[in-house]
Amino acid sequence: MGKIEWAMWANEQALASGLILLTGGIVGVAGQFRDWQFAAYGVAAGVFVCLLEYPRGRRAKGTSVERTGQYCLTVCVKAFGPVTRNYYVRALLHAALCVPGAFMLPTVLGCVCLAIASLIYLLAAIRGEQWLPILPKPETAERPSESIREPPKNPPPRPPADQRRKRLEDVEGSSYVNPIPVTVNE
Amino acid sequence: MGNWVANDGLSFIVILVWLGLNAFLFVHFYMVFLSDKWFYTRAILGHALSWARAPAACLNFNCMLILLPVCRNLLSFLRGSIQRCSRSAARQLDRNLTFHKLVAYMIALHTAIHIIAHLFNFERFMDAQRDSNNTLQYVLSQIGNKENQMFLNPIRTKDTNPTYVMFTTIAGLTGVVITLALILMITSSTEVIRRSYFEVFWFTHHLFVIFFIGLVIHGIGRIVRGQTSASLKENNPQTCEKYYLEWGKNGTFCAVPNFEGNPPGTWMWVVGPMFLYLCERLVRFIRSQQKVVITKVVMHPSKTLELQMRMKGFKMEVGQYVFMQCPSISQLEWHPFTLTSAPEEDHFSVHIRIVGDWTDALYKACGGDKNEVKEAWTLPKVAVDGPFGTASEDVFRYEVVMLVGAGIGVTPFASILKSVWYKYVHQNANVFTKKIYFYWLCPETQAFEWFADLLQSLEGQMMEKGLTDFLSYNIYLTRWKETEAAHFTVHHEAENDPITGLKQKTLYGKPNWSTEFNNIAAKHNGSKVGVFLCGPPALAKSLGKQCRTHSVSGVKFIFNKENF
Repeated sequence: MGKIEWAMWANEQALASGLILLTGGIVGVAGQFRDWQFAAYGVAAGVFVCLLEYPRGRRAKGTSVERTGQYCLTVCVKAFGPVTRNYYVRALLHAALCVPGAFMLPTVLGCVCLAIASLIYLLAAIRGEQWLPILPKPETAERPSESIREPPKNPPPRPPADQRRKRLEDVEGSSYVNPIPVTVNE
Repeated sequence: MGNWVANDGLSFIVILVWLGLNAFLFVHFYMVFLSDKWFYTRAILGHALSWARAPAACLNFNCMLILLPVCRNLLSFLRGSIQRCSRSAARQLDRNLTFHKLVAYMIALHTAIHIIAHLFNFERFMDAQRDSNNTLQYVLSQIGNKENQMFLNPIRTKDTNPTYVMFTTIAGLTGVVITLALILMITSSTEVIRRSYFEVFWFTHHLFVIFFIGLVIHGIGRIVRGQTSASLKENNPQTCEKYYLEWGKNGTFCAVPNFEGNPPGTWMWVVGPMFLYLCERLVRFIRSQQKVVITKVVMHPSKTLELQMRMKGFKMEVGQYVFMQCPSISQLEWHPFTLTSAPEEDHFSVHIRIVGDWTDALYKACGGDKNEVKEAWTLPKVAVDGPFGTASEDVFRYEVVMLVGAGIGVTPFASILKSVWYKYVHQNANVFTKKIYFYWLCPETQAFEWFADLLQSLEGQMMEKGLTDFLSYNIYLTRWKETEAAHFTVHHEAENDPITGLKQKTLYGKPNWSTEFNNIAAKHNGSKVGVFLCGPPALAKSLGKQCRTHSVSGVKFIFNKENF
């Protein structure tokens, strides 16, 4: 399994965990459960995790596939620099975020899933992976090189004069059709 | 416009029946829990009880179905038997992976509904225990504290919380474990992970073992409780509900109700498919123990490795595929490869493109990176499971055939064309197929080499036998570099194609499918044309559309797609 980038799977798991935490939180708040404050936290934390994890990172090897409409979030996440680039920080962040979810039943599942995502991110961080944004490459303007500004000084290279015309003996072997019939070279 | 029914009709009916059964099970079990037996349970839980039990029934149904599409040996056997009756029914079995995914989505949906309903159930049971003395819910929850009473509320004390209860009941604990297994399976099965890191997907997916074990154990605790039939006689909920403060007291006609748990039912649904899947893995294992000898290894350009092998009792048909395992590389990984040899040959071969860890390791094990010849006894031991049937088997059942292969997707057609050559030239058999149109779309020139040799020999043989009309092939180069373009332009008028060396010229860019289909439709009015594709999904979509639009009166285009 040498070529696997664990961050890719950690990202999927974390995004799913965010959604599950969010759903559990909504159930807890809408159903007016006891300890609904933890459910409210679940909603906030779930939304935050989803926003953080939605933009997929660039793969070190191979083509990266963007999620639809992730460009805006990519720019936001990129703006935090090393905090979002480093996976140790993410692993720690998810581990911390998941703890309050354990205090109430609706958010427990989100908590455990987020903890697992945190572990996979830790694995990714240990293997030295980083989050790099998928951004379109800036188009380098085609600058014409210096030599075009001035007219050429030397004539173009040509083969010697006696080889320039098609030889009568080998009209078939040549690879273009001559509109003017070839005559014998006198 | 178009004949959608011929291509997709049967799939549509299968999906409709499946959705119908799901809907029926959901509604039926929703209603079952609205009966009197569950009256007192509903007094505490409300409709959340039904909302939890209805998806549970659907989950039983779908968990039964999900193992079946991945029993490839069973499907292969079924395919053989069905093919004798109906070709289109057999084709449905090609779409097994699609059905597996649909059922998985349905399982995920019902799991979500089931869990959300149970969140409400736990909360309501807890609230009932913590309630004041005078409510029905509280009285019901106290049943079971005295001797000879059978409880209703699984939470027996108010000094606890729902999370703790969940982790200390069998149903709760197994529920969490199997939901986690399901979530991990789903997150590692996304297209991105599957296409890039197949091993992560494959190993994580084996969590299904934990899933099924947990699923069967899930109901053992009998945590869902309803009134016993004996108790219903002594305490009719419709009449006795109002007198809940007087149950069991002297002089009343309402006894204290008694409750019993529902027996676990999931095992009845899933034990059959679990047994079938076990047999499937056993068959795979037995097949893998059979000895396979590598007789020849050929390194082709464009990072393609050809292995020719022999195995006792190996019988194949055109365009089938096998799963290969190499114990020295990995004990657990089986990878699918299309067979590129014809059934008439004395060996079977696969052409493997080197794209990932496993294929790279195989390349090195076969001595690909070294220049000297490898001794036969140093070649790695391999195991083969298969062959398994795919759409290509049907090629010879059509009078006119269009074969479209993109890049390495041309491999099943190598098998077909070789078989064609053997049938016509060596056996002079009466072949039903009268005309083959072959399209090969390729992004690079080097990939032509091994296939071009095959086409060259076919071309030569057909010229000798005067059968040039039988096979018409078109090769499209879809990408080229500037330097190559100059070379093509200069040698445009040469007799043999500058890339393949074939008489038939290579075409550049992508084919105009509309024109091609129109030409074929015009030439073969009144027949069924089989269209076979092995290539990317975008091409499948566009060809599928073309088949539907051009299947007007007279000529029908039936689309068959290969996929792994």
